[in-house]
Parts: sequence; C-alpha cells; structure tokens
Amino acid sequence: MNPGVNEFSSAIGAAISMIVTLDPGLVEIVLLSLRISLSAVIIASIVALPLGALIALQPFPGRRGVVVLLNALMGLPPVVVGLMVYLLLSRAGPLGPMGLLFTPTAMIIAQSIIVFPIIAALSRQTIADLHEEYDEHLRSIGCTPMQSVLTLLRDGRYRLLTGIMAGFGRAIAEVGAVLIVGGNILHSTRVMTTTIALETSKGNLALALGLGLILVVLALSVNGTALVISDAAQRRYG
Amino acid sequence: MANGAHPAEKREYPELATANDHPLLPLVARQLRFDINGCQIIRNISFWIGSSGRTVILGPNGAGKTVLLRLCHGLIHPTDGELRWGDLSVAEARAQQAMVPQRPVLLRRSVAGNVQHVLGVKRVPRKQRQDLVAAALEQAGLTSLASRPARTLSGGQQQRLAIARACVLRPAVLLLDEPTTNLDPGAVREVEEMIRAVGAAGTKILMTTHDIAQARRLASDVMFLNDRRLLEHASAAEFFSSPKDEVAARFLDGELLD
Repeated sequence: MNPGVNEFSSAIGAAISMIVTLDPGLVEIVLLSLRISLSAVIIASIVALPLGALIALQPFPGRRGVVVLLNALMGLPPVVVGLMVYLLLSRAGPLGPMGLLFTPTAMIIAQSIIVFPIIAALSRQTIADLHEEYDEHLRSIGCTPMQSVLTLLRDGRYRLLTGIMAGFGRAIAEVGAVLIVGGNILHSTRVMTTTIALETSKGNLALALGLGLILVVLALSVNGTALVISDAAQRRYG
Repeated sequence: MANGAHPAEKREYPELATANDHPLLPLVARQLRFDINGCQIIRNISFWIGSSGRTVILGPNGAGKTVLLRLCHGLIHPTDGELRWGDLSVAEARAQQAMVPQRPVLLRRSVAGNVQHVLGVKRVPRKQRQDLVAAALEQAGLTSLASRPARTLSGGQQQRLAIARACVLRPAVLLLDEPTTNLDPGAVREVEEMIRAVGAAGTKILMTTHDIAQARRLASDVMFLNDRRLLEHASAAEFFSSPKDEVAARFLDGELLD
C-alpha cells in the first residue's frame, strides 16, 4: 500500500474517533456553527416571512421587478456578501466603531444577508400560489385582509418551513462570507466550513474530515427533513 | 320600494312576482353587460327574480352562466348595467350569501376545520362553533369523516362539504355553479337532496347547470342562457312544457346548439 492512502485511512479513523468521543475541540466548532447559522436564519425569517407575504399580497408599482430581484438575490455569492459586510465593519467602515469585525456577530450578520432573499423569495412564492387558489373563496366569505393573511400563513406553514430549512442548509454550508468577516480565529470564530478550508492545508486532516462528515450528515438531514415534512403535509392536507 | 320599483320587469314575468319577505329579494338586473378585453361575455341581460324557490340558470357551456353567477355574488363587477338584491347593492348583499363554485376551494385542513374556518372569519362565538360544525357535518353526512383532511375526500363528499360549509350560517341566498359536474349518479342524488333541504329551510337557491334533467328535477323557475344572452325566463312548468324561445325548444329537444 502506498503511504498516501495509508495516511488518508488513518486520518479517517482519527476523524471517526473524534466524533465518537465527542472531542471538545470539534464539539466547540460544531456548536458555534449551529449557533451562528440558526441565529442568522431566525433573524432573516423575522423580516423575510412578513415581507414575502406582503409582496405576494399587496400590489404596488414595480412589484414584478422586486420579485425578479429577490429571486436573483437567491444566488448571491457568499464571498461578495462577506466582502460587503467586511467593508461595513472594518475599522475605516461606517460601522467600524462598533468593533464587530472578526466576531460571531459579524458572521451572523453576513449569513442573515445571504439567507434573507432565499426565505423571502420562497415565502413570497408560497403565499402567492396559495392566495391565487384561495382568494375567491376568502372574498366570498368576507375575510378581512388580516384574516386572509392569517389563513394563508397557517395553510402554507409547511411550505414556509421548508423555505426556512433551505435557508439554513445554505447558511451552514457557506464558507466565503464567514471566512472573510470571521477570520477563523481559534475558540472565537472558527466554524466547520472555515476549519475545513484552512486546516486541510495545514495538514490537520483528521479534524477537517471529521467536520466534513458532520457537515454532510447535517446538510443531508436538513434537506431530508424538509422533504419528509413537505411530503407528509402533501399527503395530510393535499 | 323593493317590490314596486320595477313594474316593467314585473309585468314581463307576472307568474314569478310572488311577493315575500325575503331580505334580498327581488334580485333585479337591468341591462347587465360584462366585457373582458373588449369581448362581450354577457350581453344586456335584464331579469327580475322575486320568488324564494330554486332558480336554475340553464344553458350550454360558454353561455355565460358562471359569469352571471359571479356578477350576482359580486366577485366581478358589471361593465355596464345595474344589479340589486332587494334594497341592497351587490357588495352589501354578499354578507348574507354564500357561493359554491364549480370546483370548490377546500382549505388544507380537516373536514371540520374547513367549517370552523368560516365560523372564525364570521366571528361566531367560540362556544357556539362546535355545535354548528357538528350540525353542518351531520347535514352533509360527513360526521364520521370530521377529522379527515378535506382534500382527500371523494368528489361527491367534497361537494357536500362545500355546500355544508357555505350553509353553516344559513345564508339568505346560496349560489351554486354547476354543483354536480363530474359526479356519478349516486353522488348527484346526494348533492341534489342537500340543495333541496337547504332551499326548504328558507334559503333562496340560484344555481347554474347545463344538465336539462337536473333543471327539471330542481327548478322552480328557469332562466335560459345561450350565447351570452338571456333568451327566456319562465316558471319550470311553463318552460319545460312549452318554451316560448325557439332556441330553448331546440335545446330541450336535445339538439346541440352552435
């Protein structure tokens, strides 16, 4: 056997044993990743869900343009978002005095921006589709605008949830933005993706592989759960 | 003023002019027109419906039946002409009406949840809701399916749920658009029985159909629509025994109208 393969297989073994024994260094990184991405998704959702519903239900001049823009922003490159947030937060930037650069807060800000258009666009689509279907019935029974919105949000809740989960999947797997505004500082801003990106080149293969495994499992299970939820909702409510 | 205001319409259909104390009658349409993109969908229709029985709008597909019904419910607004329910405008009258479209929209909720939703929207006190839901499902024969997702019901069951949901608060008028299209004979019978029961309980029925046999079974008066015009409005007995309009006579003979 050649030495490269040998090194690789021993790294896998070390990675698995780190996961099984809950290596403190690895656990710290995983928890920070989850904290940052979950915070970003929650913050983005609080603004994006009502905004998506508003765009879906309230006609205004230029609405089509906003919808196109929102859909296009779903493909926003994280590296560019990282750069923008970096410029905002860097010492010479407008928000420089707050001293947020290279903190988890900066990473949450960056990921919120990345995730926001995804959740807003998907929730707009969900509410718009449902509204088209329900509108006549809701008008016929005399719903107030508020009652209509509540009905649509309630009946669209499973599809809205899958939109939120799509946002989380994107945030947890993103590396460009958190690397630029976080800086991969040990015990402070080191998350799964940045560790994999930087530790591999330093030869710390076991940690990178272990985190990679966890990341894959997380991404798969988030997507799988989203699928199961929408599938179950489809079967249950049609 | 409701009954005395339109002598012309009244003279036209004297046998239908039975006065009653129904809050939304007579339904009066004068020179009603509806265009979409310059294309006439309804051409200058006038009528006067005074009886509280079952009025059936009969005619082939594309005659304008659905549009007329939607105009009456105020979901769309006439390009020209006037429509009034008793002393009320169409918009004011809607609160006392319910409509079941050809393909009813059932919410992504349980059977009972669909009825509860209407009660919530109409701000019925919570403690009364349960009894009303139970009564509505009983009427529709869906009591045993109360917790089933509404959209998993069969076509006939969905239609019965839609009618029960529409009637849960005893509307003054129930508008039905082709209520039994695509249903098998057994389901048609069940839906028609429900419509009869709702009408017998005092709700004015205004429904469309292209099915002559159904019109015979249900109508107390018939409005015959063809090619965007109202060609005849008469009591069922008169319409089916001796239609005055030549096109209506051909339609009743089973001819395919062009």
